[in-house]
This record gives sequence, C-alpha cells and structure tokens, in this order.
Amino acid sequence: MLLRDNMTISQKRAATAWLFLLVPVIFFMVVRFWPTLQSAWISLTEGPLMGPREFVGIDNYTRMFADPEFWTVFINTFEYLAIGLPVSLFLSFVVAYFLDQVRLMHGFIRALYFVPYLTTAVAMAWVWRWFYEPVPIGLFNQILSTVGLPQQPFLRSMAQALPSVLAPAIWAGLGFQVIIFLAGLRAIPDTYYEAARIDGVGRWTILWEITLPLLKPTLLFLVVVSSIGFLRIFDQVYNMTVDGQGGPLNATRPLVLNIYNSAFVDYEMGYATAQTMVLFIVLLAITVAQLRLLRSK
Amino acid sequence: MTATTKQFRAIRPGRIFVWTLLALGGIAMITPFVFMISTSLKTPDQVYDLRFIPAMPTLRNYVELFEDGRFSAWFINSLVTSTLVTLSVLFFDSLVGYTLSKYRFRGRNLVFIAILSTLMIPTEMLVIPWYVMSSHFGWLDSYWGIMFPGLITGFGVFLMRQFFGTVPDELIDAARIDGLSEFRIWWEIALPLVAPALSALAIFTFLGNWTAFLWPLIVTSDRDLFTVPVGLSSFASENLTRWEMVMTGAAVSTIPTLIVFIIFQKYIIRGVVLSGLKG
Repeated sequence: MLLRDNMTISQKRAATAWLFLLVPVIFFMVVRFWPTLQSAWISLTEGPLMGPREFVGIDNYTRMFADPEFWTVFINTFEYLAIGLPVSLFLSFVVAYFLDQVRLMHGFIRALYFVPYLTTAVAMAWVWRWFYEPVPIGLFNQILSTVGLPQQPFLRSMAQALPSVLAPAIWAGLGFQVIIFLAGLRAIPDTYYEAARIDGVGRWTILWEITLPLLKPTLLFLVVVSSIGFLRIFDQVYNMTVDGQGGPLNATRPLVLNIYNSAFVDYEMGYATAQTMVLFIVLLAITVAQLRLLRSK
Repeated sequence: MTATTKQFRAIRPGRIFVWTLLALGGIAMITPFVFMISTSLKTPDQVYDLRFIPAMPTLRNYVELFEDGRFSAWFINSLVTSTLVTLSVLFFDSLVGYTLSKYRFRGRNLVFIAILSTLMIPTEMLVIPWYVMSSHFGWLDSYWGIMFPGLITGFGVFLMRQFFGTVPDELIDAARIDGLSEFRIWWEIALPLVAPALSALAIFTFLGNWTAFLWPLIVTSDRDLFTVPVGLSSFASENLTRWEMVMTGAAVSTIPTLIVFIIFQKYIIRGVVLSGLKG
C-alpha cells in the first residue's frame, strides 16, 4: 500500500501495464524464445530423447550436406515452390481480374473460390487421393477413360506424383490469393482508368501499364506469403503418399516431412533440428528480401 | 462502388463470357466437396457410380462412423481444445494488444518488437523442443499438450493492437475519472468497441486449431486423444478399401468449417483482407 501511494500516476500505469503483460511475456519466453535457442543448441548435439545430450559441433550439418537424400528433399521443396507459385498466382490473378468486373453473383462466386482455403487440408488430401486412383475407383481416370484417353498413374509415377500432390495445395490457397488480389484491385483509384480511357488506351495496355504496376505491393505480399506456404508443404504429402513417406522413392518428399521423419520416426533430434535451421534460414531470407523491396520502393 | 462504374463500360457479350468462365471455375473449385458429400451418402456398391445424387442416398455411413466411438472422441477432442485455445487467445491477445496500444511505459516497443519477431520463427523449428519439453513434463497425450503452444499468438496481438489504436484515449480517461479499475476499463469499455476484430480473430483461431495437423500428430500417440485431422489420417489409411467411409470421415471433419464459413462469411473475408494487407 505504501509503495503504491508513493508512486506517480505514470508509474502506477506502467505497473498496471507490466501486470497485464506478465503472463504473456513469460509465455513468449518459455514457448517461443527459449525453444528457438534450444533448437539451435540441439542441432549441435546427439543423444537420446530424454537422456544427456553430447555436443558434437557441426557434425549434424556436415552429415546433412553429405546426404544425397537431403539434397533430393531440398530440390523437391523448391520444386513445389517453382511450380506452385507461378501457377497459383496466374490463376488467382485471372479469377480476381474478371471477378472484379462482375457484379451479378459476385459474392457467391467469390465464396465458391474461397471455401477450400478454410477446410481441413487432411480431409481434402484424402478426397484428392481418391480422385487419383486408377479405374474404376478414381474420378480423373474414369473421366479419361470415358473420353477415350489413356489412364494416368498420377501418385504412382515418379514424374507425376509431385504435381499431383501440389494440385490440392494450389487449389486450397487460391481463394486467399483471389481475396487479396481483389482488395488490391479495389485500391486502385478509378481516375487512373478514366484518364486512360479518355486517351483511348486499349484494355491490354491498361492492364500492363496501370493495373499490374499499381498491384506491385499486393503481388509482393502474395509472393512472400505463398512462397513460405509452398516451402512448408506437409499435410498433403503426408496424407497422399503411401505410409506418409513422400514416395514413390522420395519423389514427393519435402523438407518438413524429412524433418518429421528424422525426429519422430528415427528419433534423431539433432539431425532433425539441423534441417529445421535450413528451413528457418530460407524462410528468413525471403522475409528479409520482402522488407528490402518494400523499403526501396 | 468502384466496381459499378467500371461495369457499365464493359461490353455485353464479353460479360457473359467472363461470367461463364468464373462460374465454371467456381464449380470446379467445389467439385471435391460435392463428390465427398455425395459419396458419403452412397452404399459401398455404388461408390464408383459417378452420379452426383446417389441412387439410394443413405446416412448409414455416418451412423457407422459414430457408432465406432473413436470418431466421436476425436470430434470432442477437437471441439474442446479448439474452443479453449480460442478463448485463451481472445483474452490474452486482446489484453496484450490493448496494453501495448494504450499504455506508455519503458520497454513497450521492445515487448512489441519481440512479440512480432516470433512471427518469423517457423513452427517446424519449435515442434522438436516442444516435444522434448512435453515429454519431460508429461504433457504428451493430453489436452494441455495439444493446446499449450497456441494459447497466445503474435499475430493476434498485432491485430488487436491495430484495432485498439482506433479506440479514443478520451473514452478511457473518462472511465478513469468515473473511478473504474484499469482492468474493468479494458473489459467493459474498450473490449466491446473492438467486437468485429474479436470475432474475426475468434473465427481464424478456431478454424486454425480445428484444421491443425503437424503438432497434434506429434504430441498424440494415444488414439483416444487424436484430434479430427490426426484421427482422419489414421482412419483413412486403414480404410483404403472403403472409400465411402473415408469420404464420410472427411465430410465430418469438413462440414463444421463449412457451416462456420456460411454463417460468418462476411467477417471472414473482411478479416482476410485486413490481416492480409497489413500483415
């Protein structure tokens, strides 16, 4: 009581603020910052899950870079990004560009595109897995056989499996990208378009010279958010490949699945965290690049 | 508003073409749901019949799924953990967002930047220390183990701080003059004013936890404690020969999110735009 009476108003407010922040600050320290440091430490050690850990320096890292399986997985991860990003951005832009011009049933159509974004990725992975099955089970092969085209192996093929796993991930994220593009399109002032039309500029020129340049911040945001999403792909691969192994023959295995297997199948926590550090550095590089680009604007 | 002025200048035949294209694309987007639900209503011998409307629709698969008991347990696990996490996030994220927005004190910016910086740390990097921690403290296979990493989120703090910034300081000062305690000023005066932001945060947190897969998969190995996505994953890999049951399971895990979306569509889309453009 005495202490409280001697405090100024602003000191009392500061004390209240810290009282409000007490539990959350402890939470962030224990559940976010401490595990981050621990992760870096575990990647330099070896040992059983519960027992003492032995410091082994950069052994886990040298092992990782010498492991051909790690490089397969690393390349797969970037393959998801290299196909997923351009395809999803192109599709979502086309949808948003046209949807922006439509008033009839605008909200309903937007909802159709948005629904997959909110649904359980695991459930949808199983629906898609079923679609890819051979005749007479799978929908896609049934359609192919109805129109007289040859059957496709999809998830059973080394070449087709990765795009087949990626398709539901693109499908699920499309609605989010459409919504963000629509908001970006709405933010472009109408006067630009009116001026262009008075000058008699064609539709394509308006798209290339006005719409796309003004959408640059939106585009940049989507590139970063979607890149991070594709580089972290896991749910679809785990549920669409046999025993969640990213097959056939590792053809679809991304980094996160490899981390999961190292940690929770092989119980090699040191080796697994070394891989999480790679993921962290890649994602950080993308975020930093975004901040740079936004500042240079 | 801007769309309408643009619209009147467009050419009519082009409009019909655009509308058809969008509608066909939209139908393609919901086709997986249509097949999922229609197959869940089919008998085993009709599964490979491609008709949308089953010849003899039946709810037998749903009855069988819930009679098994495991699916009901998973459903309850998901419902309880997602609800509790959402309540915790709403309480703490809004309290922290309010404090960081309305109080001036030394260290305020440091706390805010530290919380924001946690958004850059990928969950994949944290799950291994979380698992070690959980196994050390006996949190594996418990509701607490499923819930603890998500109880307070950096994203929610950021969102709520933005929104509390729009609450006028004069209102809070007036409440102080009236003699309300600092906690009650937040709870009774400030909180109701950011109700739209709270509902958006609630919906996103609930859906995010309902659909979460990686962490629940790691922290639970006891089948009775699986959440719906983890349960579905194990259920489906066991039932590959019975696609009508796999689709029923998929439908049960998806239908709640569809209902939430249909009810709160406006909030959800506004929330995506707000968080997306500011994030």
